[in-house]
Amino acid sequence: MSDKILPLDFEKPIMAMEEKIEELMRLSQESKIDFTEEIDKLRIQAEEVKGKLYQRLTPAQKLQIARHPQRPNLLETVKAMSPNTWVELRGDRAGTDDRAIIGGIIELASGPVMVIGTQKGRGMKENLTHNFGMANPEGYRKALRLFQHAEKFKMPVLTVVDTPGAYPGIAGEQHGIGQAIALNIREMARLRVPIISVVTGEGASGGALGIGVANRIYMLEHALYTVISPEGCASILWRSAEYASRAAEALKITAQDLLRFGIADGIIDEPQGGAHHDPLFAAQRIMETVERGFSELKGLSADQLLDDRYAKFRKIGAFQEAKAAALSS
Amino acid sequence: MSLRDWFASKRDKSTKLDVAAMNTRLTDEEICKLWTQCFNCQENLPTKELEKSLMVCPQCGYHFRIGAHKRIMQLCDDFMELDADLLPADPLEFTDTEPYVKRQKDARKKTGLNEAVVCGIGQIGQEQLALAVMDFTYLGGSMGSVVGEKITRLIEKALEHKLPVVIFSSSGGARMQEGTFSLMQMVKTGAALARLHEAGLLYISVLTEPTFGGVTASFGTLGDITIAEEGARIGFAGRRVIEQTIRQKLPADFQTATYLLNYGQVDMVLPRGEVSGTLASLIRLHRLSSGVKPVELALAGTSVQDAV
Repeated sequence: MSDKILPLDFEKPIMAMEEKIEELMRLSQESKIDFTEEIDKLRIQAEEVKGKLYQRLTPAQKLQIARHPQRPNLLETVKAMSPNTWVELRGDRAGTDDRAIIGGIIELASGPVMVIGTQKGRGMKENLTHNFGMANPEGYRKALRLFQHAEKFKMPVLTVVDTPGAYPGIAGEQHGIGQAIALNIREMARLRVPIISVVTGEGASGGALGIGVANRIYMLEHALYTVISPEGCASILWRSAEYASRAAEALKITAQDLLRFGIADGIIDEPQGGAHHDPLFAAQRIMETVERGFSELKGLSADQLLDDRYAKFRKIGAFQEAKAAALSS
Repeated sequence: MSLRDWFASKRDKSTKLDVAAMNTRLTDEEICKLWTQCFNCQENLPTKELEKSLMVCPQCGYHFRIGAHKRIMQLCDDFMELDADLLPADPLEFTDTEPYVKRQKDARKKTGLNEAVVCGIGQIGQEQLALAVMDFTYLGGSMGSVVGEKITRLIEKALEHKLPVVIFSSSGGARMQEGTFSLMQMVKTGAALARLHEAGLLYISVLTEPTFGGVTASFGTLGDITIAEEGARIGFAGRRVIEQTIRQKLPADFQTATYLLNYGQVDMVLPRGEVSGTLASLIRLHRLSSGVKPVELALAGTSVQDAV
C-alpha cells in the first residue's frame, strides 16, 4: 500500500502517539541521544491503546471502518485473490452495463468461480463511474445473466456485497428496481450451483439482497448487514439523522450480531484496524474462507444445495405462536 | 363459520376499539361513521353508500384505503383464516422513541389485528385460492418476521394443495424494529415463491395503496401477473428519499399505478370493483390451460372460530 492510511476520528489518539514515536526517532537520530527506552515504552503503550480500542468498537465506529474510503473494494480483492486469472464479463444485453455491479470469472485453487459484486470506487472519479456501489435495475439484471451463465457451466458463485443500497433514482423506479431485486432473490433461490456471499463492507437493505441469497453468508469482522442505513432509520424513527449512532446500536447490524442471530455463518478476521491496513491479508483470509465454504458444499447435489439454501432462510424469523383467544384483550 | 359470521365477529371487535382509537391516526374508513368526506373531491358521502361502492367515491372514483378484513369481505364468498395466532416478538429488544413492544401493543389495540397481514384460503366463485391481504393500519403494513412467516406458510400450503396464490400488498416496506430479521423475510418469501414457480402454480400479485420498499422488492413484484389497484402508489424508494438524492422535484404522477403501467411494470390497473372478477377469471384461465387440479379444502366448519 503506497497510500497513507487516513485515520478515522476515533483513531486520532493513536495517530498522535505514533506521531510522537516518529518524532522521537527523528530526534534521536538528529541529536544522537538515545531515546530507545522512551520509544519502546511509548510503543507498548500505543499497542495497548490500540488493542483496547479495536476490541471495543461501537457499531457506529465499525460503520466508519466499513465505509472507509480506502477499504479494499471488489476489484482490488479479486485481483489480490488471483492476480492473473480475473476475466470481467460485462453488460445486461438489454442496453446497459451498470458499473455499480461487476462480474467475472477467477480461478481459485478449487477451480473457476463466478464472482459478482457491488463495486465502490477509489476516489471521486472512480466512485462516479461505479455510482458509489449503488446499482440500478440493469446491474441486477447483469448479475442475473451471470448467475445463469454460472449455472450453465456448473461454476460455483461468489457474491461480494458492499453497497449503501440500490440507487434511489427516477430511472430505477421506471425500470423496476424492486422487480429486479425480487427476481434475483427468486432466481438465486433456484440456482443449481453453490453460492457463497461475503459481505465485505456495507450490506444495506434490498440492494444487498439482490446479490445476497446464498448457501453460506460470511462477513468481514467490521462489515455490517442492515435493513436500512442507520441514518435513514434515525430520520424516520427519531425524526433526525443525528441519531444515526443510536440507530446503528439499536438495529444490531454488526457481523457479531448477525452471527449470533444465525444469519451469518462465519466471520472473517480483519487485520487490526480494518482491512485497509493490510488488503492482501484480508483478501487472503476471504479466499481461505470461501474455499473452505465451497469444499463443504462440494458433496451436495444440486437438489441438496437448493434445500440447504431454502432451509437457511426458512428458519430466520422471531415470532410467538400462541392461541389468539387467550391473548386477545 | 360462514364468512358473514366471521366478519360479524371481527366487526364487533373493531367497533368496540374505535372509541379508543379516535385520538390516534385513523384508517380512512374510521374517520366518520355516518358521513365520510372524500379526500379527493371533498364531497360528503353517506358512509353506507360508500361501503356499497367498495369504499370508492361514487363522485370522483377516489379509492379509500381499506383494511384486510374489509378487503377479504369484498373479495371472497368464503374464507378460512390461517395462522391467525402468530404474534410478533422483539428479537432486537428495539427501542427508538418508544419500545417496539409498546408499538406492537398499540397497533393491536388500534386495529384489532395481531399483525400486518391476514392469510387464509378463500373462495371466489368457483375458484379456491391461497390469499394474503396486508393491512396498512398495523404499523404501516411493515413486513417483520410474522408477515414473512405467514406468507411463507401460505405459499407452502398452496404448494401442498396446488392452489393459486394471490397476495394483496400494502406496505411501507420492511419493519425496521426487527432489523435484519425483517430484511431476510424478503428472501424467505421469495424462496417460497421460487418453489411455487417450479411447481407451475399461478401467483397473482395485487399492489394496493401504498406498496414500497422490501415488499416491492420481494413478493410484491414476483407475480406471474401483477395487478395495480387504481390510485395506488407503488415504488421501491420513497418519493422523499429520491427527491433528496437527485435534488429535484418529481412529477405529480410519479410512482402511481398508471405511471407504472406506462413503464411496463404492471399488467393492468383495475378499479376496485373489477379486482375480484378479474382474479376469478385469470385463475380459471390458468387452471384450464395448465391442467393443475387443486386439492380443495373444505372451508365451512373450520377452525376460524378458534382463531377469532
